[in-house]
Amino acid sequence: MIVPGAAVIQDLEAALALIGDGTMLAVPADYAGVAMAATRALIRRGIKGLHLVTVPAGSLQADLLIGAGAVATIETSAVGFGELGPAPRFTAALREGRIAIKDATCPAIHAALRASEMGNPFAALRGIIGSDILARRPDWKVIDNPFPPHDPIVVLAALRPDVALFHAPMADRAGNVWVGRRRDLFTLAHAAATSIATVERVVDDDLLGDETLAAATIPAFYLGAVAVAPRGAWPMRCEEPEDTSHLRDYLALAATEAGFARYLDRHVRDRRAA
Amino acid sequence: MSATAAPPDGAIRPEEVLIETVRRLLAGARHVAVGANSPIPAAAAFLEQRLTGGPPLVSLQQSPRHNRFTDGGRELFDAAGQGRIDVFFFSGAEIDGEGNINLVAIGDYARPAVRFPGSYGSAFLYFTVPRIILFRTEHSRRTLVEKVAFVSAPGTSPPGVWRRGGPVALVTPLCHFAFDKAVRRFRLVSLHPGHGLEEVRDNTGFAFDLPERVTTTPLPEAATLALLRGAVARELATVYPKFAASVFGVAPVTTDRTA
Repeated sequence: MIVPGAAVIQDLEAALALIGDGTMLAVPADYAGVAMAATRALIRRGIKGLHLVTVPAGSLQADLLIGAGAVATIETSAVGFGELGPAPRFTAALREGRIAIKDATCPAIHAALRASEMGNPFAALRGIIGSDILARRPDWKVIDNPFPPHDPIVVLAALRPDVALFHAPMADRAGNVWVGRRRDLFTLAHAAATSIATVERVVDDDLLGDETLAAATIPAFYLGAVAVAPRGAWPMRCEEPEDTSHLRDYLALAATEAGFARYLDRHVRDRRAA
Repeated sequence: MSATAAPPDGAIRPEEVLIETVRRLLAGARHVAVGANSPIPAAAAFLEQRLTGGPPLVSLQQSPRHNRFTDGGRELFDAAGQGRIDVFFFSGAEIDGEGNINLVAIGDYARPAVRFPGSYGSAFLYFTVPRIILFRTEHSRRTLVEKVAFVSAPGTSPPGVWRRGGPVALVTPLCHFAFDKAVRRFRLVSLHPGHGLEEVRDNTGFAFDLPERVTTTPLPEAATLALLRGAVARELATVYPKFAASVFGVAPVTTDRTA
């Protein structure tokens, strides 16, 4: 049981003790602060059996965890590297039937988290009817709108992850975490049973003591742990832009199982690089 | 055939014809949103914005400098749900003759022969955004099929199912189709210069209707083309450096791309 407000600044490995084999782990999209240093630490620890929820889509983080054998089930709207190409380990794992997938659509993941945020059992969402996604989701149903015109509408079971894991620019000593306009992180932190934030730095001021900062700050009572990890989103974007050339190198290596193993040796297992 | 890059000598490129065709479909839009991995729609929207000197507002999910949303990734979908987004774009690993798109897989779902990234927001935006423009840079029987293997988002819905929007057009390197939801079929609008009806038939896996007279797709005017190759290409390079480099020869700049 997580005690509200118990988030104190810890070292990364200690903070990650909240994530175990089989945890339902929710993570943000590339633009919102991906905890890559934490992801590498989880892989070094040999984490297994994760139910990974990408909010709503993923790229390197999901591909790395899948390639390292850490994922049993992925719940996602898409995993890919945009213009750079498809996600090689995600694609290979699905083709070989090594992981289960719950295909979603972006707003459904947001809405199912919002249901959880409100303590509701489900959320309703327009569209989706007639999609093969719906046919494969027993946790999504079509009901009749109880109000006129009584038309069919999709309802989605609330999504309550065990842990949300993300990276943000700063925290204060009390464990309040400033996320700026990365508002997805509020939804994530509210919806998950507990959250772990890695941050670039810890500041001495009270982030809730300033109205401008407070509006963009997740209060400590949502957080199970906070750890300092400078450049902890690398190679994804946080305060520095995404390292696109590193992503290209990754995609070239991860095209094969052997190349992916070399990437892990070089950038994950070797702590100096990670 | 696939869109190919950069003939020398300033001749018009296939991508430029596509961009101009998509741009003309944006007339009157107030707010155009562009999803992941859509350089041609992004270029069309930037070009229209510069030509009108005002609307449409262009939002790119993955680019901080082209993103006015302040309430997270959900805000685009909330805005679309309310009818605040007029135009969105989708491609499809497969697109079929009834306007269904497949962004998921081919073959057995549990162990697919081919797996694509996933549906993104399609299953929602295809219903909520009035004007969905489909684009595909490969016009072949592999991509334009009679029936998709997996429906990420359906082209039409039965009566009684709430639906504000859906596909209105499909733009490829060969031609421009309009979608008629009443008959659930595409109708050829125009052929791009240098391409013929037989070529389109040979490379299209679905049956489609013909207009009374098949016309040639208009090319961008000289001033429009200059704007596209100049200011628009440079703006595009901040989001799609690879595309901007290969089509317009614009050197990569500091990127703010994310997947």
